[in-house]
Amino acid sequence: MKNTNIPLTISETQEGLLKKRFSATELVDAYLGKINKAKDLNAYITVCEDEAYKKAGEVDRLISDNLPFILENFPLLGVGIGHKDLFLTKGIRTTAASKVLEGFIPVYSATVVARMEKAGGITLGKTNCDAWAHGASGENSDFGPTKNPWDGKFVPGGSSSGSAASVAAGLSLVATGTDTGGSIRQPANFCGVVGLKPTYGAVSRYGIVAMASSLDSVGNFGKSVADTETVFNVTRGEDGRDSTVKNTEFVKPRAKMKIGIPKEYFVEGVDKEVAESVIAASKVFEKAGIELTQVSLPHTKYAMSVYYIVQPAEVSSNLGRYDGIRYGNPRADFGAEAKRRIMLGTYVLSAGYYDAFYLKAQKVRSMLIKDFEDVFDKVDAVLAPVSPTPAFELGEKTANPLKMYLADIFTAPANLAGIPGLALPSGFNKEGLPLGFQLLGPRFSEPVLFELGKLYEKETDYKIVLPNL
Amino acid sequence: MVKLTKQDVLHVAKLAKLDLTDFEIEKFTPQLSSVIDHFSELSEVDTGDAEPTSQTTGLENVYREDKVNIDQSLSQDDAISGSDKIHNGYFKVKAILEGRTDK
Repeated sequence: MKNTNIPLTISETQEGLLKKRFSATELVDAYLGKINKAKDLNAYITVCEDEAYKKAGEVDRLISDNLPFILENFPLLGVGIGHKDLFLTKGIRTTAASKVLEGFIPVYSATVVARMEKAGGITLGKTNCDAWAHGASGENSDFGPTKNPWDGKFVPGGSSSGSAASVAAGLSLVATGTDTGGSIRQPANFCGVVGLKPTYGAVSRYGIVAMASSLDSVGNFGKSVADTETVFNVTRGEDGRDSTVKNTEFVKPRAKMKIGIPKEYFVEGVDKEVAESVIAASKVFEKAGIELTQVSLPHTKYAMSVYYIVQPAEVSSNLGRYDGIRYGNPRADFGAEAKRRIMLGTYVLSAGYYDAFYLKAQKVRSMLIKDFEDVFDKVDAVLAPVSPTPAFELGEKTANPLKMYLADIFTAPANLAGIPGLALPSGFNKEGLPLGFQLLGPRFSEPVLFELGKLYEKETDYKIVLPNL
Repeated sequence: MVKLTKQDVLHVAKLAKLDLTDFEIEKFTPQLSSVIDHFSELSEVDTGDAEPTSQTTGLENVYREDKVNIDQSLSQDDAISGSDKIHNGYFKVKAILEGRTDK
């Protein structure tokens, strides 16, 4: 099998395997060859060849045994996976892209990793990201920045930079990510792939390096909505190891649906091509019989301040455990951004500032949640831009943290409210950089978002394209 | 305009157990000031009687049975495998008490 012939969806991959057009081992050969050829992208921190071939051998045996209901029992059979290097992988180095964990070998795997492997998935490697998931560009990695596969001068977005770049460039079929303030949706948007941020509490965080515990959501990237849905269905649900996860009834799509367009997401500072592409996407839904209506989320403008108080506060607490004693290196090895966030979080929680910053932010957070609840009384989903601009250039925002933080403005509100979001690609701008939009829904409405996403793909006759590397 | 002083930054660094270099203090002081200054926009919001949010699940008191589950525990060897500063199965740490009087 040639590097250029790797199938682009789960169903094509599994059809090829079951019809014996190629073996899982040949598939792994092709992926590893392609990863090696695309080293300049810096999408992976660690590639695990031995483990990948071992798993491919198991998959090939399953197929030659001709088991009945093989795809029902192994829904990710033969799927090449990149795991964000925040996900613990037993026996495989896990760094969180930080020097603090440079040589850390976990003794257990995250629930999501274990479930994907049990479902027949093949772990190809650990993808690059902003260290500790702190960033919106991938540039805060202690292992060097990942490049945007569509144009190496541009960032792939962050923090799940390597996962998005890997899926976009065909270096894995799907990839995992975490979304605390936009870290799946924004890089999906910058790289032109589908990215799902599930409802807070839908997927277990067990075994994933914690960033901000009231906001962290565990999701995935794929080249199609159907693939992100398959991975979500494999990974979701209680595991007895994360008490915020509950098995619950999901909201089902209605026969006649309504989408809201929030006016606060089309303000000054939003790139013209971005705004136009989102409106164009809304017209696709309208043509398909979905009613559009303008809605208002009045506290959107305060979301950034709330987010950059709550999130660093929780970061400062979660990164307190890295003492260099039980595992990892001393705290001096934290990079500049981790230190900034620890400092910021410690400051807003410190005596004399707690009420003015943290408590106030948590009250405004309640009002942001109320905004969404009011809107979801009227509509099934909200359609909005993911980021005010397409991918920006490497180095453009690194000297100014505040400017970098503002890149999260349209993604962080969903994390503060704990609601799901699905980022979809919708084409390219004049410079050839990906454009897209996000759909947000009420808690546990993932089936509604998948249905709408698939409708969009169908109506636009969406074709997966790969960048020329 | 919020202006953090060098003393503020050193105090917070001490609370967070971070040793900052002079270069880092120089760099972080204005950066943190500008971010904190941005937060002042929150004072415009009349939060009325809004309750603070601490979590979004609505779940309360999730319990498990009070018994040891071996599948969910690490062996001692696994638990200490991340450090090379081990003595007799324990982590070696710096002494936190000084001036023993018993010898």
